Amino acid sequence: MTPPLPSPAVLLATAAGHPLHRLALDPLTAGPLAHPYLRYALLAGTAIAAAAGLVGYFLVLRAQVFTGDALSHTAFTGALAALALGYDLRMGLYAGCVAVALLLGALGRGARTADDVAIGGLFSWALGLGVFFLTLYTSGHAAGRSGTDGGAGTSVLFGSVFGLSAGQAYTAAAVGAGVCAATAVLARPLLFASVDPEVAAARGVPVRLLGYGFLVLVGLCAAEATQAVGSLLLLGLLAAPAGAAHRLTARPYRALALAGALGVAELWTGLALGYAVPGLPPSFAITATATAGYAAAYGVAAVRRRGGEGRGPRTAGSGGLRGPGGLGG
Amino acid sequence: MTSVVFSWNLVADFRDMWAYPFMVNAFRAGAVVAVLAGCVGWFTVLRRETFAGHTLSAVGFPGAAGAALVGVGSTAGYFGFCLAAALVLAVLPAPAGRGSGGPRAALTGTVQAFLLACGYLFTALYKGLLGGVDALLFGSFLGITATQVAVLAAVAAAVLAVLAVVGRPLLFASADPDVAAARGVPVRALGAVFLLLLGATAAEVGQITGSLLVFALLVMPAATAQQLTARPARGLLLSVLLALAATWLGLLAAYYSPCPIGFYVSTFSFGGYVLARAARTAARRFGAVPA
Repeated sequence: MTPPLPSPAVLLATAAGHPLHRLALDPLTAGPLAHPYLRYALLAGTAIAAAAGLVGYFLVLRAQVFTGDALSHTAFTGALAALALGYDLRMGLYAGCVAVALLLGALGRGARTADDVAIGGLFSWALGLGVFFLTLYTSGHAAGRSGTDGGAGTSVLFGSVFGLSAGQAYTAAAVGAGVCAATAVLARPLLFASVDPEVAAARGVPVRLLGYGFLVLVGLCAAEATQAVGSLLLLGLLAAPAGAAHRLTARPYRALALAGALGVAELWTGLALGYAVPGLPPSFAITATATAGYAAAYGVAAVRRRGGEGRGPRTAGSGGLRGPGGLGG
Repeated sequence: MTSVVFSWNLVADFRDMWAYPFMVNAFRAGAVVAVLAGCVGWFTVLRRETFAGHTLSAVGFPGAAGAALVGVGSTAGYFGFCLAAALVLAVLPAPAGRGSGGPRAALTGTVQAFLLACGYLFTALYKGLLGGVDALLFGSFLGITATQVAVLAAVAAAVLAVLAVVGRPLLFASADPDVAAARGVPVRALGAVFLLLLGATAAEVGQITGSLLVFALLVMPAATAQQLTARPARGLLLSVLLALAATWLGLLAAYYSPCPIGFYVSTFSFGGYVLARAARTAARRFGAVPA
């Protein structure tokens, strides 16, 4: 089992149809990766999972997981509003998520004690509105064709990563890479502003602006990931790898990288499971793998705390944990 | 449902609607659920456990779907899964931090995503789900039987009885956990009991509003009440009344339109909350209420 897992660069080359991969990946391309849908799923999924892991790390750090949950739920409304009004689904996703992200930012006004009730009320109403649009959409289509009841809603809620077209996959990869890059650029000031907002503000860091910018990144990430794992399961990609990374190490940059890496590893494992086991929805496989990863991290952290009280959060376990998760693909 | 028309002759309308036994059952079930949600929701908002409430209610979806898969009644699925999830959240040692803060919320969120994924798996395995996924997620008032109403009422009575017993210490422990712990109140045990009550409530509410919109009935009326008054007794009463109004108005509206009941209940309760907040802001600005 030494080099069966290609690096992301090779994967990108594979998905783009670059001739290079034939040298390195002959057994893989002859197998599962010969299917274009699997290549698209891998390409889009990798970018989405990395972005969700990085963004999720900050969500957990800033105690904004509930906000992430709200954004993922409003993605449903955006998508269905666009469908019902006859626009492209992706436009609704992005517009809806970014608008709600800004609204949530204004509601919280950068305050650290986010108002859970206001956020929850907003998104439960938004979900209700989503159902309204779903009814509008399905009854509008009932005249033309019957039997499509709820199909659109289900695919937005739970995603269809194996149903991505080439165009969707490239967009997803581009947006995911963009979110990753933006998070990496913002990481240092954002870390400062999250850990100690007062001192950061005193040192001239634009704390409020960063808060808005970060929420917009979360919105973009939610909109993108909705197409792959669906708006309901997106929370698994946002919270589980980041929560695991927070458990495993207290060092910020290491945890940030670990969250991204765990997200990608869990997504690959989930895709492989979804491909290998017939009838298993890939969205479930991805979420289940992410949950297993979190449970493993929970166990590792508990054992370590019991074993060596004095040593503090070392990262010895992180390398070991990446192994079993990462080699599944 | 689209064939019925609202005639503005309220008496005739009501007579038509009550002619359907399922509508009568729906109103009864709605009343039971609203009273329960109003009471438990008030404590949920006070304890800032709204995220846990949302997660526990989302669990109802895999519960109902799993029950359909193995061929048990959906009521058993709702209660079984919601109570089990409440136990998991209560027993797992909480990571540092209270309320909806970071690491703890990551745990809650992971549990929520996993269970929703399980629900999706169950519906994927069981193809002939009556009424589809949407009814489970967003509510339906069709086909509520008299037995179901009886079960709802019995569970609600039990939950309210327990809540009445633990109510006072729970109020103390929620308002000021540190002082309560110092005075010998078992804060952690109370928290666990409350999570179980919350689980049972979420299971009840989910059967009416759908798993995803429990928040609208569990949290919104209570939050509205807490905007309007800080006194416990008055707040609880107001919360129950608001929940009842939202449910019955929602049922009424859903009867006359093709949209699911969840849309109306969430719209009415969110509208009430926005109005209450606006009223309070206005009152504070003009000096009627000290902040």
